[in-house]
Amino acid sequence: MGKQVSQVFDKRNSKTAWNWLAPALVGLVGVISWDIFVRLTNTPPYLLPGPGLVIKTLVEEWGDLFPSLLVTVQITLVAFLTAVVSGLLIAILFAQSKWVERSFFPYAVILQTTPIVAIAPLIIIWLQNNTFMALVVCAWIVAFFPIVSNTTLGLNSADHNLQNLFEIYGASRWQTLIHLRLPSALPYFLGGLRISGGLALIGAVVAEFVAGTGGTRSGIAYQILISSFNLEIPRMFAALAMTTVLGVAIFVGLTVLSDRLLQHWHESAIKREN
Amino acid sequence: MPVPLLTFKVIDKVYQNGTVALQGVNLIVQPGEFISLVGPSGCGKSTVLRLVAGLGTPTGGLMNWHGPNNQRNLAFVFQDPALMPWANVVENVYLPLKLKGQPLRSVRERIQAAINTVDLCGCEKSYPRQLSGGMKMRVSIARALVTTPQILLMDEPFGALDEMTRSRLNSDLLHLWEKKHWTVLFVTHNIYEAVYLSTRVIVMAAHPGRVVANIPIEAAYPRTDSFRTSSQFNYYCREIMAALSEVEGVGVS
Ligand SMILES: Nc1ncnc2c1ncn2[C@@H]1O[C@H](COP(=O)(O)OP(=O)(O)OP(=O)(O)O)[C@@H](O)[C@H]1O
Ligand SMILES: [Mg+2]
Repeated sequence: MGKQVSQVFDKRNSKTAWNWLAPALVGLVGVISWDIFVRLTNTPPYLLPGPGLVIKTLVEEWGDLFPSLLVTVQITLVAFLTAVVSGLLIAILFAQSKWVERSFFPYAVILQTTPIVAIAPLIIIWLQNNTFMALVVCAWIVAFFPIVSNTTLGLNSADHNLQNLFEIYGASRWQTLIHLRLPSALPYFLGGLRISGGLALIGAVVAEFVAGTGGTRSGIAYQILISSFNLEIPRMFAALAMTTVLGVAIFVGLTVLSDRLLQHWHESAIKREN
Repeated sequence: MPVPLLTFKVIDKVYQNGTVALQGVNLIVQPGEFISLVGPSGCGKSTVLRLVAGLGTPTGGLMNWHGPNNQRNLAFVFQDPALMPWANVVENVYLPLKLKGQPLRSVRERIQAAINTVDLCGCEKSYPRQLSGGMKMRVSIARALVTTPQILLMDEPFGALDEMTRSRLNSDLLHLWEKKHWTVLFVTHNIYEAVYLSTRVIVMAAHPGRVVANIPIEAAYPRTDSFRTSSQFNYYCREIMAALSEVEGVGVS
């Protein structure tokens, strides 16, 4: 009996280990081939630095690059949180009446489809006294739409019979929102969150590129930009790698959060046993 | 003639896509009756229940409630369980009481009693996805029983259950009905179930949905298992089957 249990346990453990090991292995193979390619073709570092050189630069420049990364993290986080709160509130507003949704939704779409690169300079000029704010606004514009559209969809897709049930039992609008529509929207909202987290980072990076501001409060994108101007390609790669890791961390964090919140009931978070 | 609870006068229901779900349906529901609706799929049985529950309005005819606001005091068991997937069994059963603003502490015993009635002890903390189809249906029934409805609407509540559980829940339902003086509107495909339970069976036909027979079951309560094998029981079953096949015959010719 005890043996059986421990076997089951081992099996589950090794399974989750594989979840990490498999992609790590793919990454390792990629890095090794990259290294071999650079060595064999003798590519000069200003075209494509090898992975060893990138890591070496990363360590050397850490004191410079890490504070910049933190600035980008700040911009991303503030923009993301603002997007979550405003997106949720706007979606709830949209869900109150079809007319509100029809009247305002097109403008949310316009905000989304306007290329951020095109309007970023404008926003930076408008908010020239506060570059940080300007960057946050740019990142927010990119990040908030997936939350609005996903949550609105979710709020409107509560089960038909459950809606009838709430009506029969005389539920108020507020009760229906809290006890039926918001829980129904949760999986959609979390899906929007995952998309939006990555977009907030992209928005921040793009806006930093456009702003091109230096000084003590410069973000990681500025470091990428400066490095490429100065043809410090290994440094550019190091900064790029940091940005990528940040993006992956955001995605993984939000995925874990989503699985936690949905673990009891939603298909996306459940291990199928049949 | 006592004052009826509810009357349908030549009710029509045409859905927006043009489907005539009901045509000229007359129905008088007396307080305390146990009425079963039987008929082929698509004859408008669920539509009748939905109209009674105030979900949608008739497109023709008059629907009248007699007496003070009965309409708020009804419970509905839908054809599918319609449980909240994010809530466990207790939370699902608690829902109608929660919406009425009753704190969980004050109604725990009632919830437990309802869960016991449908034989789901030990599953209180389970989520719907962990339950079988029949168990989900029983949660849905418990959710209806936990309120004290004056009128109970049940749309094929026992269709997904095995014969044993079905007949046990049948007699439990009858006990509750006798004790609590409910009025029940009950949809079923099972003629034997309809005869065993009801004070009256209404036979419906499709295309368009209408009432074709109204058969009072004049047997005393409490009804025992021996009623199920009596000649009286067989007589009623045959009569309902005759009414059903008569309509089908008309449809074919
Ligand atoms: N929301 C709807 N919109 C359009 N047509 C509908 C709708 N609901 C039901 N109908 C139609 O109305 C008719 C009666 O439907 P209803 O659900 O009342 O049948 P039923 O007797 O309950 O059938 P079953 O025994 O299969 O549950 C059917 O022809 C169905 O197609
Ligand atoms: Mg039906």
